[in-house]
Amino acid sequence: MAGVTYGTIYAIVAIGFNIIYNATGIINFAQGEFVMLGGMTAVTLNRFLPLPLAILSAVVVTSIVGAIIEIVFIRWLRKPSVLRMVIITIGISILIRETALHIWGESVRALPYFTGSSVTSIQLAGVYISPQVLWVVGVGALAVAGLTAFFNLTMLGRQMRACSASRDAARLCGINAGNMVTLSFVLSAAIGAIGGCVVCPITYVQYDSGTPLAIKGFTVAILGGLGNSTAAVGAGMILGILESFSIWVLPTAYKEAISIAILLVILFVKPSGLFGSAEAARLKEF
Amino acid sequence: MTILSVRGVSKRFGGLQAVDDLSFDVGRGSIKALIGPNGAGKTTLFNLISGFLKPDRGEIVFGGTAVQDMPSYQVSSRGMVRTFQHIRLFPKMTVLENIMVGRHVHSRAGFLAGMLNLPFTWKEERRIREKGMEILELLGIAAHAQAEAVSLAYGQQRVVEIGRALACEPQLLLLDEPAAGLNMRETSDMGGLIAKIRDMGVTVLLVEHDMSLVMKISDEVVVLSYGQKIAEDRPLAIQKNREVIRVYLGDDQ
Amino acid sequence: MARRYSMVVAFAALIVAIQLATRFTDSSYHLTQLTMTAYYSLLIVGLCMLIGYAGQISIGHAGFFAIGGYVSAFLTTHNLAPRRGGGFVSLLSKSGALVARPDAFGGDLLHVHPWLACAAAILLTVVIAYVVGGPVLKLKGHYLAMATLGFGIIVYRMALGTEFLGAADGISDVPGFPLLSGLVVTGNSSLRVSNYYLAWGLVILGMVLLLNLIHSRVGRALEAVHGAEDAAGAMGIPTARYKLNTFVLSAVFASLAGVLLTHYNGGIGPSEASVMKSVRYVAIVAIGGMANLWGSLMMSLVLNYLSLRGYFGTFDDTVFGIILLLIMLFAPDGLLRRHILSDLKGLVSPRSAGEEAP
Repeated sequence: MAGVTYGTIYAIVAIGFNIIYNATGIINFAQGEFVMLGGMTAVTLNRFLPLPLAILSAVVVTSIVGAIIEIVFIRWLRKPSVLRMVIITIGISILIRETALHIWGESVRALPYFTGSSVTSIQLAGVYISPQVLWVVGVGALAVAGLTAFFNLTMLGRQMRACSASRDAARLCGINAGNMVTLSFVLSAAIGAIGGCVVCPITYVQYDSGTPLAIKGFTVAILGGLGNSTAAVGAGMILGILESFSIWVLPTAYKEAISIAILLVILFVKPSGLFGSAEAARLKEF
Repeated sequence: MTILSVRGVSKRFGGLQAVDDLSFDVGRGSIKALIGPNGAGKTTLFNLISGFLKPDRGEIVFGGTAVQDMPSYQVSSRGMVRTFQHIRLFPKMTVLENIMVGRHVHSRAGFLAGMLNLPFTWKEERRIREKGMEILELLGIAAHAQAEAVSLAYGQQRVVEIGRALACEPQLLLLDEPAAGLNMRETSDMGGLIAKIRDMGVTVLLVEHDMSLVMKISDEVVVLSYGQKIAEDRPLAIQKNREVIRVYLGDDQ
Repeated sequence: MARRYSMVVAFAALIVAIQLATRFTDSSYHLTQLTMTAYYSLLIVGLCMLIGYAGQISIGHAGFFAIGGYVSAFLTTHNLAPRRGGGFVSLLSKSGALVARPDAFGGDLLHVHPWLACAAAILLTVVIAYVVGGPVLKLKGHYLAMATLGFGIIVYRMALGTEFLGAADGISDVPGFPLLSGLVVTGNSSLRVSNYYLAWGLVILGMVLLLNLIHSRVGRALEAVHGAEDAAGAMGIPTARYKLNTFVLSAVFASLAGVLLTHYNGGIGPSEASVMKSVRYVAIVAIGGMANLWGSLMMSLVLNYLSLRGYFGTFDDTVFGIILLLIMLFAPDGLLRRHILSDLKGLVSPRSAGEEAP
């Protein structure tokens, strides 16, 4: 069960990666920090606001942070190399993490369970699970559905897809490519924050929760094929379950190392992932 | 005598058959040209011959050895060296340094010798530098030796790239669109240079769009269309070949 | 060649000048941090070679540092006394490979001789670097960056999570590293001055080797690979092999630095393998000018020293993160670029006159 929970959050991070990657060709290493920010902000806001409002505000705040990041750091760059972008996003993630450290300290926080408490459990198909897990999976599914609907059915979503397919062609059609990029960051941040809030009761959140999530999210994104969000869901499940089973085989302390080892193996053997093609795996232009 | 033999070479990219069962030979000491409309597969063929791509089928025999499975650096060290359609000089190095890189296959100082600055490397480096200057003088650009290579005029950069290839002392030189981007006078100079190279004993295989250059200097011409060879003959005969005319100009009534 | 070596001599003079300065201002305790800085600088210059000249990013080099340090630390603190009777151990003992000393609690400790431990550490590093480097260096752009990052994290997690490596506490009570004629690499304050010169002497030796390499046929080939990899291959340069060799070379520098610093400090902890350390090293190479060996060395001297003296306080990691970010945003070729003279250089560091002409 833990595998499913973690798998969902990894998938959500991966989807965040994919959104930005599809729109810009950048791998946003700070993706994990959006998740962390969502959770931490929600916890703090929950002191003055009822839970639903706190979560909503946290998502909005994080989305704004995403937009600010894009505008301040990314927008004005002229044809940066892919590598330079990776290092810049790593730098951004460090900045966010250290800021979080100075705001919230090292303490571990958690949101209260959305329904019930940590000991509530309901029975589903003969298995006892916490209702929060249903929240996680439910929100995850909603997010995927919402995004799919957005990209396929709304004008804005289609514009973003046009941009990702060919920036210049999109421009010629009057689409403001620059704003599309900002929008992609906002969406990524929002979905990351939502994910962060919904798993927070189970997994807790700390100033440095972001980085491991970024790595695993990246692994999942690659596993499913960079840019392929539907595959990311499946890949997320695979990683989550693999991880939770690895505890039986190897000491818990190595759990992190396992997922990274999986990442390395994928990169070496089939960087296009399980469902991608070699052509698509070739690095996109920014 | 044949120096290069392309035998039944094919390469497919997804749905596109870029090179289709292609065969031809290049005679030692000659200048052979590959021509054809855009998309005919010329650059792909070059990449296959020089080791940048592996053919799906077929053989490429150079100097008696099958080289189609070798990586590019091995092909080069065997004496078949290429230039690039879009000039690829080493950006942060001078003209002379670029040429000196071409001497890599004729020198041997490795990591250890380099780090320890062993005495034999001093002489080797001096010889490399001298040979580099020799080539620059041969090409008439010795005055630019210390200039940053990418700061030169386009036409001169092309010459530098050829000089770099010559530094490898190749038996077969593959020139990928040497006249691309050159004006008429530069193209004519290029023709003279290529002829000079042939006179030095180097066989030349070139891909080119500039017909006047091709017809003027080539001993033989191979015409490609959609990955297939449609003609292989002397320049004058090619000009009169119906199939070639049709491929270039379309079916005119 | 003369210019190359005169810079080395000038740097050596700087090192001596610093030591004399601490002597006259009665602040010899600074030498400790300066010595530690030297060992980190050894890693930095090796990394500069890899990133700036071979053009391969590595955000996991702290991993190699840790491998060197941990292997050496483990072998010189793991007690073989209980197995004294056993065949292998007594064979080692007879061949002089073992050392007996009292441990921190006064008990009997029999462990591997530091020289053998060092050799083992370097050997293991070389093997790992070749095995990991092969597939990793075939990757490009952000895949390469992530792979090296991943490597570093795996090393970190293994150090953190393994009991016999001390887990979160790391390994302590590591003995000094004896050299010839009574010289020992150790943090013992009475040997401060000799250790200072030993460390910087090693760095200078490393610089000489790397400078030689840069100005050699291989150095030129590496620059070619960095500049236009396809063209380099077309010139007969075995690009994959050269990149790999450079990777291993830089790993060895890092590993050796790890070994010696561990003996100097008397211990090592998992934080030495952390991502933040790797980021720090890349930041220093970046601000030093990517392909500027002297620039990286000077920046390492300044920044590592300030960091070790605690000038950055709780913002220690942040500072390097910000440095890296700013450099990547505004000056991706680094501040002290090779072919461009700039006034900033004079401001930042008077000695870094940039690379000499070939």
